[in-house]
Amino acid sequence: MEKKSFKGYIYLLPSIIIMICFTLYPLVRAIVMSFLGDYSIINGSYKSIGFDNYKDLFKDPDFFKSLRNTSIYVICVVPASICLSLLIAVLINNCKKFKAFFQTVYFLPYVTSVIAIGIVWRWMFNSNYGLINYALGLFGIEPIQWLNRPEYAMPALIIFAIWKSMAFNILIFLAGLQTIPEDIYRAARIDSTPRFRVFTRITVPSLAPMIVYSSVIGMIGAFKVYNEVFSLFQGKAGPANSAITIVYYIYDKFYNSYKYGVAAAGSVVLFLIILAMTQIQLRVTGEKKKN
Amino acid sequence: MTTKRKVINTVAGVLKYGILIFGAIFTVLPFVWMISSSLKTPAELVAAPPSLFPEVPQWENYKTAWAAAPFARYFVNTLIVTLCTTCGVLVTTVLSAFAFSRLNFPGKKTVFALFLATLMIPGEMLIITNYETIINLKWIDSYKAMIVPWISSAFYIYLLTRFFMQVPESLYLAAKVDKCSDFKYMIKIMVPMNKQAIFSIAILNIISSWNAFLWPLLVTNSQEMRVLSNGLVRFQTEAGSSTELIMAASCMLVMPIIIIYLFLRKYIIEGVTRGGLKG
Repeated sequence: MEKKSFKGYIYLLPSIIIMICFTLYPLVRAIVMSFLGDYSIINGSYKSIGFDNYKDLFKDPDFFKSLRNTSIYVICVVPASICLSLLIAVLINNCKKFKAFFQTVYFLPYVTSVIAIGIVWRWMFNSNYGLINYALGLFGIEPIQWLNRPEYAMPALIIFAIWKSMAFNILIFLAGLQTIPEDIYRAARIDSTPRFRVFTRITVPSLAPMIVYSSVIGMIGAFKVYNEVFSLFQGKAGPANSAITIVYYIYDKFYNSYKYGVAAAGSVVLFLIILAMTQIQLRVTGEKKKN
Repeated sequence: MTTKRKVINTVAGVLKYGILIFGAIFTVLPFVWMISSSLKTPAELVAAPPSLFPEVPQWENYKTAWAAAPFARYFVNTLIVTLCTTCGVLVTTVLSAFAFSRLNFPGKKTVFALFLATLMIPGEMLIITNYETIINLKWIDSYKAMIVPWISSAFYIYLLTRFFMQVPESLYLAAKVDKCSDFKYMIKIMVPMNKQAIFSIAILNIISSWNAFLWPLLVTNSQEMRVLSNGLVRFQTEAGSSTELIMAASCMLVMPIIIIYLFLRKYIIEGVTRGGLKG
């Protein structure tokens, strides 16, 4: 390699400027803002410095509700999506015909706008004319007030989110399955190992890194859920705020109640959660590399 | 093969395709339902049992929806924002990836680590202060506000750096001997050799810009500056119970991306897989 020179920075300049202005500065600024009581974005004024915003945050029952809902969302969506995706990916991988066809179909939700397709799900969840209640009616189940009753808001959101999140997982698992050497399967066939044993003893262990990766990425994404809520409940957080999530809470404080400091404090809490998730991911992938 | 074995294999085969077909129907159902609802009459929408296809496709629903709100304007805005953002991303990504993969400069490792570290910051956290910045810059209600913050992506830079690293170093050294400048080498050799990866990044970015929702909603006030996804949500409130029109409008937002996907899915899948398996 040639000698070091600062020329590299000329190439990096555009990215560095954008990164400083729109990533690093706002990060520091958000942390600072979270310690300013009654901060106003319009003229930059504030009344106090300290933990007031955090006190407000942890006194607010809506914030706890948003934490609880987000946790329920993460716990339901991520494992269900991983398991279903794993099943579908293994089946697609076993297909001789239509492999490309199924892959194309199953990946479709990934590329579509959450907002637009959320509006369609809203229509399908409609309690009087929705397709879902009609289908349930065929099995003798009474119409469910999916979007109008607090107890059904989270289930509706979770069903929509599982549908949306499977595409990415299936893709990652399919890519992982292709790296498993065919020889192992052939050996298992010669030994006439039962299919289920092949699945639990060969497929799942070989895919373990991808499963961990998908889980962490899925968890990080699920902690940041917002667009799904917005589109399914037409800009609201479900009946009586029953489907309020952390990010929804932050944006609501910021955009509708003008409580910038509290919103910033909420976003710092979110940041810490995401940071913890990322540390788990780094730990796990680090171990993978060691092995 | 014994008969018993044969039977088991047949059952397994049927079960396999059965599950796959059921899952595929579940996956495409919202899309099919969106298209079918957009072509129905109001009476057909609420008919019980619901029909999968309308008796006579009501194509004029699209005309009505298109005329009911300035969708043409929204379309142009979305196109401008998407194309400008993507061009910006490609320029900054290629330049940065080249610097990280081939050039030697002091602090390179630190800067690269810093870029990677920014991937851990949730964008949701930055929106509040970025909104403040846009207000202070007096950029509210402008294309710049929707484009500039998004023209650089640490993730794509990381992705492309890995592709650039795979190009043999000897090519670079040979070019140096021939007195080829770094910039010329980047344009003439690095970019053409990695055009598939760059193309994948472009398409992925087109999709995410096209679908962007919250940021454009925050930084625009006037109807003239609205993008499609924001216009759709506004239209949903205005159109109220005209579900067929709302579905037609949703189709307008979703269909261009689905068409791009069906034609270029190889690049999209390749890009997402490479990005996903970075470990």
